Amino acid sequence: MAHQKGVSTDADDSGRVSLMNDPKARGLIFQGLLIIAVVAMVYMGISNAVNNLARAGIASGFGFFNVRAGFDIGQTIIPYTNDSTYLRAFFVGLLNTLVVAVIGIFFATIIGFIVGLARLSKNYLVQKFATVYVETLRNIPLLLQLLFWYKAVLSILPSPREAARETGVEVAFSINNRGLYLPRVVPEDGSSLILYALILAIAAWFFIGRWAKKRQMATGQQFPVFLTGLALVLVLPLLAFLVTGMPLSLEYASLQGFNMVGGWIIQPEFIALLLGLALYTASFIAEIVRAGILAVSHGQTEAAFALGLRPNLTSRLVIVPQAMRVIIPPLTSQFLNLTKNSSLAVAIGYPDLVSVFGGTVLNQTGQAVEVISITMLVYLALSLLTSAFMNWFNSSVALVER
Amino acid sequence: MNKKILSAVVGVAAVAGMGATVASAATLDDVKAKGFVQCGVSTGLAGFSAPNDAGDWSGLDVDLCRGVAAAVFGDAKAVKYSPLSAKERFTALQSGEIDLLSRNTTWTMSRDTQLGLNFAGVNYYDGQGFMVRKSLGVNSALQLSGASVCVQTGTTTELNLTDYFKANDMTYNPVVFEKLEEVNAAYDSNRCDVYTTDQSGLYSIRLGLSAPDEHMVLPEVISKEPLGPAVRQGDDQWFSIVKWVHYAMINAEEMGITSANVDEMLNSTDPNVMRVLGKEGTFGEAIGVSNDWAYQVIKQVGNYGEVFERNVGASTPLAIDRGVNALWSKGGLQYAPPLR
Ligand SMILES: N[C@@H](CCC(=O)N[C@@H](CS)C(=O)NCC(=O)O)C(=O)O
Repeated sequence: MAHQKGVSTDADDSGRVSLMNDPKARGLIFQGLLIIAVVAMVYMGISNAVNNLARAGIASGFGFFNVRAGFDIGQTIIPYTNDSTYLRAFFVGLLNTLVVAVIGIFFATIIGFIVGLARLSKNYLVQKFATVYVETLRNIPLLLQLLFWYKAVLSILPSPREAARETGVEVAFSINNRGLYLPRVVPEDGSSLILYALILAIAAWFFIGRWAKKRQMATGQQFPVFLTGLALVLVLPLLAFLVTGMPLSLEYASLQGFNMVGGWIIQPEFIALLLGLALYTASFIAEIVRAGILAVSHGQTEAAFALGLRPNLTSRLVIVPQAMRVIIPPLTSQFLNLTKNSSLAVAIGYPDLVSVFGGTVLNQTGQAVEVISITMLVYLALSLLTSAFMNWFNSSVALVER
Repeated sequence: MNKKILSAVVGVAAVAGMGATVASAATLDDVKAKGFVQCGVSTGLAGFSAPNDAGDWSGLDVDLCRGVAAAVFGDAKAVKYSPLSAKERFTALQSGEIDLLSRNTTWTMSRDTQLGLNFAGVNYYDGQGFMVRKSLGVNSALQLSGASVCVQTGTTTELNLTDYFKANDMTYNPVVFEKLEEVNAAYDSNRCDVYTTDQSGLYSIRLGLSAPDEHMVLPEVISKEPLGPAVRQGDDQWFSIVKWVHYAMINAEEMGITSANVDEMLNSTDPNVMRVLGKEGTFGEAIGVSNDWAYQVIKQVGNYGEVFERNVGASTPLAIDRGVNALWSKGGLQYAPPLR
């Protein structure tokens, strides 16, 4: 600011100055022009597309969202039938993408951290195993891995008729090439209390944690937050369950005709996709974790030991917080990669957004421009949201410099 | 992002950006300038469009591409093929990537009116069917309730399937793939109890399974699937060429002109034959090709009956009966307006 003011006052010596020579005004003008150019280009692009579509006799617009979809989807998290609209089909696909992405990120992170630590292990076997894991999975294209897992899952497992010996007999657990069948918890009247109890327990855990931290800061006394929290989360819902007269029942699967019916089913496509995404991404996360830990200089450990901290506390309070600073930014891009890579689902028949919306809906409506644009926007939005969350997380764990 | 999206994006960008050239340019001029016809076919459906080990394509749909090339260039080999999945095919045609789509594509109203396409005829009358393992002990589609069904995305199949199960109060679990080979592999590894698509497709796919004899096609035909070639809207000349190549092949069969006797037939004094072979009239000129266009088609590719027998008929592994695809005069549906 000061510098810019200086320039314009200097110029003022000779009387008036052309706007073009005022760096501030010039900057504003060029930025304004740039914005106008971008807007004009977007507008031209859109109107050009609309005109050309009309001229080529191709339908356009977003009216199709309210039309009956007329096709079925293999895995639906929200209620959906072929009488639902295309809009609902869109949400079914989006949720399927989100589910596999979130669970994939969860497992990839855990496996990645374990393998990353294992690579630093002093145990020869553990360390070599981790190295082999990272080097193989990281270097084979993900699509091949997905196809491999899918083939592996399908070829190992028996057919439902082989897996279940008798028709109609209920089983608690079955795994066959149509999926993994587990008992499904069916809520009955009054079961909502259990949910409230769970929420209450989690909230309590959170507040106890804050209170314990404050107390430790003030008095140095520690409190077993984790164990207390865990106990609360287990006991409170259990109490609610007993008090309300056990309003939950289990539904089991049984073989009927071609397939197992009932229970909670996890489809083989989901299992294969999850395996592929989590194991692949974990190999990258492992390297990030290893790099992060190696980035903390050994002097830090020695200093902590010199202060009398036990090894356990040393890693928790000294090494990990510093390593996290290095780990989190590249970790974010791995999360983004996993989410975007989930679009490979289409190759193994998992009904994700690209398969349901960018595939079936696109083809049945023929509105490629609209559908592809929306699909791209969704991935963009997901990526931006993940980044925003990770940035927030990063700033909350970042070292506070005093 | 995966390759499919990328190609779709490119296609979309092409439609958005160069629509003007796409819609109005004369395809025939483009084709002549290039020196070949770019023909969209399937990724490999024996009897309809499939490459052999040497990479040469053959099949009923391929022969239509070859016929068009014979009419335009007098050389049935002047074709390049673009293998397309069900999902890719319309974008490929709309964006101008291909000149002609000849890939077991069902003529439906929405495709005809909302996708900017024109269907130039029906070169195979088909209907949707179901294939199952014999070991399931099923002999009617009405026993399929509760089954897992493998199906390819972007097909009419996906919708007919839903309608059929709904109408008969049955449930099913769809397993949807984008690529033909993926659907085949999934069905072959018993991921699904049922494979559904056009019956012709089922026969062809069955041949490629690990044990073809263990599978059977159920008798029910649940839809009408008139399969035919499609071109872009807005280019009547090119539309006429494709349409009349197909009709010429049917008319030739009706008149008994074959690739074997066509040279002899040049001496015929039957005005009908003379018109087809370009001895009389200027039918070729009227659509922008040489007057012996139909002669070239018949000589190099054959009449409809020959093409049918060669690719899918009794002497082939598919062994499909002429059935509804017989000439109208033999009790079938294949009928061509007169060439006059
Ligand atoms: N006739 C139907 C289905 C056509 C179709 O795509 N069938 C599949 C299964 S037989 C196929 O030919 N796929 C070949 C490929 O994707 O290369 C349609 O036009 O929608």
